[in-house]
Amino acid sequence: MTATTELAVRVTGVGKTFPTKAGDVVALTGVDLTVAAGEFVSLIGPSGCGKSTLLRLIADLDGASSGSLEIFGKPAKQARIDQDYGIAFQQAGLLPWRTVAGNIELPLELHGMAKRARAARVAELAELVGLSDFVTRYPDQLSGGMQQRVAIARALAAQPRLLLMDEPFGALDEMTREYLQGELTRIADDTGAAVVFVTHSIPEAVFLSDRVVVMSPRPGRITDILDMTLGGTRDDALRESPKYFERVTAVREALHGAPVERANER
Amino acid sequence: MSSYPDTARAAPPWVRVAAPIVVGVIILALWFLVVDVLKVAPRALPSPVAIVNDLVLRAGIILEDMQITAGNALAGLVVGSIIAIAFAALAATFRPIDGMLAPLVAAIAVVPIVAITPILNTMFGASSQFGRQYVAAIAVFVPVFVNVLRGLRQTRPVHRDVLRASAASGLQTFRVLTLPTALPYLLTGLRIASSVAVIAALVAEYFGGPADGIGTAIASYAKSGRASLAFAYVAGGIAIGLVFFLVTSLLERLASRRTPV
Repeated sequence: MTATTELAVRVTGVGKTFPTKAGDVVALTGVDLTVAAGEFVSLIGPSGCGKSTLLRLIADLDGASSGSLEIFGKPAKQARIDQDYGIAFQQAGLLPWRTVAGNIELPLELHGMAKRARAARVAELAELVGLSDFVTRYPDQLSGGMQQRVAIARALAAQPRLLLMDEPFGALDEMTREYLQGELTRIADDTGAAVVFVTHSIPEAVFLSDRVVVMSPRPGRITDILDMTLGGTRDDALRESPKYFERVTAVREALHGAPVERANER
Repeated sequence: MSSYPDTARAAPPWVRVAAPIVVGVIILALWFLVVDVLKVAPRALPSPVAIVNDLVLRAGIILEDMQITAGNALAGLVVGSIIAIAFAALAATFRPIDGMLAPLVAAIAVVPIVAITPILNTMFGASSQFGRQYVAAIAVFVPVFVNVLRGLRQTRPVHRDVLRASAASGLQTFRVLTLPTALPYLLTGLRIASSVAVIAALVAEYFGGPADGIGTAIASYAKSGRASLAFAYVAGGIAIGLVFFLVTSLLERLASRRTPV
């Protein structure tokens, strides 16, 4: 990475404290992170390491207690208002009374895009996530994996250059999960968007990412940043390659090397 | 979509339709037996034949009185609901207002409508339907308010996050998220309130006001010993209640079609 590369995200000295009755809880402290345009970065760590909190700060869904965040050189709030990022959560979060098309076009509708332009964009996005035949269905008629694809299409609707994802495949079965991981890398390549991806799955992080950010809890902080350098295509062959296993081991060691208890989630 | 998973195995569809009809026919037959055949019923219990007779004979005037009572109930339902929705919206938006309204709503909830009805009827005079409509509106207020307020608080965090991330304005969030989420709750409130409105409007007629309406007729014919005509009016009252209930139930069902997930 050269100094001239445009930065999608720049996080400098960010901390987050949640006040509770029992006293302040430090969720994040001293976080420095940059994500280049078009780069795929995963945040990984055990529960309570603040990875989701960090993502919410980048998305301006919560405010940082200290430090500064810049998205494409703007304050996080301005980036949110300008729709510079799209976001997807572990729950698809689709509006059940809207069709697939109605859900995908929601951000466009909110920003006053004309109906015809919206319809064209919806068709494009439905094609991108492979749901062209389902645009008139309602969310309760779709499987979990399909709902999640609708959520990803919605996140991409405003053509953001940054995609924020908070364990979007966490609630899916392993088969669907691997399939959607492949789809996501393809979509990220097609759109050229940078991705910040929160996960607690080591293989998922390694498979998807250019860089993996390892975090640890109490207080939440970044303990390591690992380059994956796995090269261009992400396919099933990659999942079998020695290089891939090597990276998985590296991330696992980075996670467990931290002087706190191990990830106990799976 | 006819999904009654529990009863599906126990009873075929025609049984579900036929069963209540059979019960109705049995009751009618017993009634007829006791009153007309055995002639052991008290005088105040007329024969079903006599009731139907009066119902047909006096259909015109009964319908007129039904219109009065139904109109009062509807006016109370509409006005009471609008006020309840407005107050619920205020309470949902501003916490302090919620705190101010809570004891007031609790007070209204425990007021026996019957207790204030004579006062209201006297207040608005013997020629005005307003007292009756007012009683219905008060009765409607509580179920609508409680349900709408609950509905306005049902938005899920993930939906709020999605809208915030899409930079939706407060008004947009209300329109695309809060309102559709609350709609089924509003209609549940309306369904409950619709029956309450009819009862309140009818009962209010027992305590004065103009000499029309179903309740007034039932009271006067019952007192003057024309039991079969009084019962014919009761049938009219039941019809009003049924219409109100069926219409609001249908609306509720339409609105809650797409709420799960």
